Amino acid sequence: MSGFLAVLVVVLIFVVIFQIAKASEYVSILKGEKKARQQNNRINGFLLIAFLVLGLIGVYYCNELLKGKILGEPASEQGESIDNMIMWTLVITGIVFVITQILLFWFAFKYQEREGQKAYYFPHNNKLEVIWTVIPAIALTILVAIGLRHWFRITSEAPKDAAIVEITGKQFNWLIRYPGKDGKLGSKYFKNINDATNPVGQDWDDNLNRDDFMATEMHLVVGKPVKLIIGSRDVVHDVGLPHFRMKMDAVPGIPTTMWITPKFTTAQMREKTGNPDFVYEIACDQMCGSGHYSMRAIIVVETQEEFDAWAAKQKSQYELAHAAEAPAAPAQPAADSTQKAVAANVH
Amino acid sequence: MSNDATLHSHQQEVMHGAVAHDDHGNGHEHHHEDSFISKYVFSMDHKMIAKQFLITGIIWAIIGAAFSVIFRLQLAYPDATFPWLESLLGHWAKGGRITPEAYYALVTMHGTILIFFVLTAGLSGTFSNLLIPLQVGARDMASPFMNMLSYWFFFLASMVMMASLFVQTGPASGGWTAYPPLSALGDASIGSKIGMDLWLTSMALFVVSQLLGGLNYISTILNMRTKGMSMTRMPLPIWSFFFTAVLGVLSFPVLLSGFILLLFDRHAGTSFYLSELFVAGKALSNEGGSAILYQHLFWFLGHPEVYIIILPAMGMVSEVLAVNSRKPIFGYLAMVGSLFAIAILAFLVWAHHMFVTGLNPFLGAFFVLLTLLIAVPSAIKVFNWITTIWKGNIHFTPAALFSIGFVSTFISGGLTGIWLGNSSIDIHLHDTYFVIAHFHIVMGVSAFFGMFAGIYHWFPKMYGRYMNNTLGFIHFWITLVGAYCIFWPMHYEGMAGMPRRYYDYSNWESFKQFVELNKFISIVVIIVFATQLLFVFNFFYSIFKGRKMTTTNPWNATTLEWTTPIHPGHGNWPGEIPEVHRWPYDYSKDGKDFIPQTVPVSPDESKH
Repeated sequence: MSGFLAVLVVVLIFVVIFQIAKASEYVSILKGEKKARQQNNRINGFLLIAFLVLGLIGVYYCNELLKGKILGEPASEQGESIDNMIMWTLVITGIVFVITQILLFWFAFKYQEREGQKAYYFPHNNKLEVIWTVIPAIALTILVAIGLRHWFRITSEAPKDAAIVEITGKQFNWLIRYPGKDGKLGSKYFKNINDATNPVGQDWDDNLNRDDFMATEMHLVVGKPVKLIIGSRDVVHDVGLPHFRMKMDAVPGIPTTMWITPKFTTAQMREKTGNPDFVYEIACDQMCGSGHYSMRAIIVVETQEEFDAWAAKQKSQYELAHAAEAPAAPAQPAADSTQKAVAANVH
Repeated sequence: MSNDATLHSHQQEVMHGAVAHDDHGNGHEHHHEDSFISKYVFSMDHKMIAKQFLITGIIWAIIGAAFSVIFRLQLAYPDATFPWLESLLGHWAKGGRITPEAYYALVTMHGTILIFFVLTAGLSGTFSNLLIPLQVGARDMASPFMNMLSYWFFFLASMVMMASLFVQTGPASGGWTAYPPLSALGDASIGSKIGMDLWLTSMALFVVSQLLGGLNYISTILNMRTKGMSMTRMPLPIWSFFFTAVLGVLSFPVLLSGFILLLFDRHAGTSFYLSELFVAGKALSNEGGSAILYQHLFWFLGHPEVYIIILPAMGMVSEVLAVNSRKPIFGYLAMVGSLFAIAILAFLVWAHHMFVTGLNPFLGAFFVLLTLLIAVPSAIKVFNWITTIWKGNIHFTPAALFSIGFVSTFISGGLTGIWLGNSSIDIHLHDTYFVIAHFHIVMGVSAFFGMFAGIYHWFPKMYGRYMNNTLGFIHFWITLVGAYCIFWPMHYEGMAGMPRRYYDYSNWESFKQFVELNKFISIVVIIVFATQLLFVFNFFYSIFKGRKMTTTNPWNATTLEWTTPIHPGHGNWPGEIPEVHRWPYDYSKDGKDFIPQTVPVSPDESKH
């Protein structure tokens, strides 16, 4: 019933607007087309300048309202670069935005049709056109130069002493693997993948794999560069780190990398933001299926001591996998699930 | 001009004004037996085909926009239920809340429909067809038959896409970009089952339609201009349609090739895009493919595509601003030159959509440079539009208002392109709401404004009647204010890193602060959507009941389309095609309000 009423109200509003519009057409015929045209022009001219003024106020108001809701200080050294770049670009584009919008609406208002007013025949002026080709070109060259400097620094090879963490996307969560004490990740092959015991497909014959451990949260040491080795098991995902201002696709079959240097521990960020629930989040930024929006993981940034204590408690995946296999009927569950999957496919 | 020769044998009959045409009546009519089918359905008249494209586009626009209203409801009220949604969508909205699968299907279809079916077919299909023969002085397209096929292939594509909405597993739901492996594997996403095949089929048919249309536009513009219509005397819309068609003809085949490889991967066991996958509990046999290859092929069209959408709008806005300011467009050659520059650069920037795919950073640097280079011709265009209205005598028709709105949104959205084109900023903003804000303003809203400007301006030429002005003003003001209210705040969500294509943000500590803002945006979306329905009503009502046109040249414009009779028949001019003697922008020259292109240059006229 209420739905029906809502539709009725909308239809009524439509009818009223339409009747007014139709009536105004008759009125304009009665008043004479010229007079109606002048009146419409005056109203629209006024609205254009009003839109400009209110619009610029709105831009300011929107900023006041929302500036506290964006991320605040970047939490990585790379993020500082990016925020710095954003600042430069904001200043340049902001100036252009304000000037051109003012000119556009001001001219529209000022040169609205008036009786006796003649338009000025002004087909071209080479000098003006050269000026507004060269000035944007210079401004953009500056932006490109600064931008590329940051870009090459951010995408450069990670420092030699950087920690290594592997992160693999799958529908719909992240698999995080640490290289263990040796600091080296063991090799993997996708056909070894087994959801119960070997989620990323580690090759157990590779001794480097013995001490690699998996984690549900990513733990990073504050102030220490870390290189992420990014991959995917199924579709394209993306490791999005909004607080660090970093992002990199996870592409099946093609490993990608990115490195960051976290600046603040999670505890420090809780203080800075005044939010006791603050956590660094990994958000998937590439459409990956129906669970895309829930593909979340947490990063804990902590001191070296805290990290060492945490790492010491982790069990290597090799240990876990082989503990699971030790009881009778080895590999039975795995074979079972494969069969089920095949059967599901047949249907 | 062979069809000219067959239709008329008179030579060099000089036509001075449009009134003279009426004496001829529709003299050529006896050449055709117009049945209902040949006139309204399988028509080969470019004007009728234009109307077919437009009305099909309008229907698609309503559907596509309605989809956005539904998914905006989800974003605004993630916990609420709307029982009517269940009646509408069945198990896709069980209990009155759409499922994630339905959400992603709606998002995907919204993008596909608006980008391809509305802003490509509905915009450039409509106005290229309507204006090219009328403004260059031709009786019809180079091949009216191919032109008809172009529409009917589009219609077929539409039918297949429409059918995909009703299959049991739903339509494609991997985003309008359809990146594999998601789009290649039915096990990875329900939308990648039969819905994806239908999507690919529909898009293939759509590419055929675009090629048939595009080749026709190019050959008509190059070969069928009337006497005196040199390339530099063409009105700017024609230049923009020309570059649009060239872009389409060169880039759509690449998209098709990408789609064909995707079809092979889906059904023929190939591994073009697939490698090392473990899906639905088992490892697939594919190795050695590259998911990134698809992205290159896709964006090689995908980027020119945004110019395919925006160039016609630019051309029409240039024309409408000049006519309603009673001033020549400022810097005609610079306007043509910048269109040309944009068209060239459009092919050289595609990888800026791929800065975070693991692209070689060195290669990325070139794409940064070339991408930001596009800002230069774009800036020239903006300054030239502003100078065009400077010291004009502007008549605010709905078309003129939409053109001013176009320039405003093009500035706003264009400037954020400078942010995203710079790879270091793109790292943070890629695939966030900032991107959504950017491209909706610069190619969604702007292109729609260009389209509305075109519709209001050339409606009298299409139907011999006017649209209602008051409704036009209401339409413009609510849409302009609404568009900014919807998309401006999204920049802030993007700055916070809020990812696009999320069904629900409430579990995210970093993004859930925007719940009130999302509500606000969605409410504005509903208001703006209702306003568009008002426009649609105005459009259809005016076709039958609008105020009748009494003069052939209602806007006092100089271009050739206004020298045809109020209801031009197939062939456009009852007598000779008029000869052109000057460029199309002699407004307010030498104290004359306007001098039509058909008027010979008098010896005492000043040079421009």
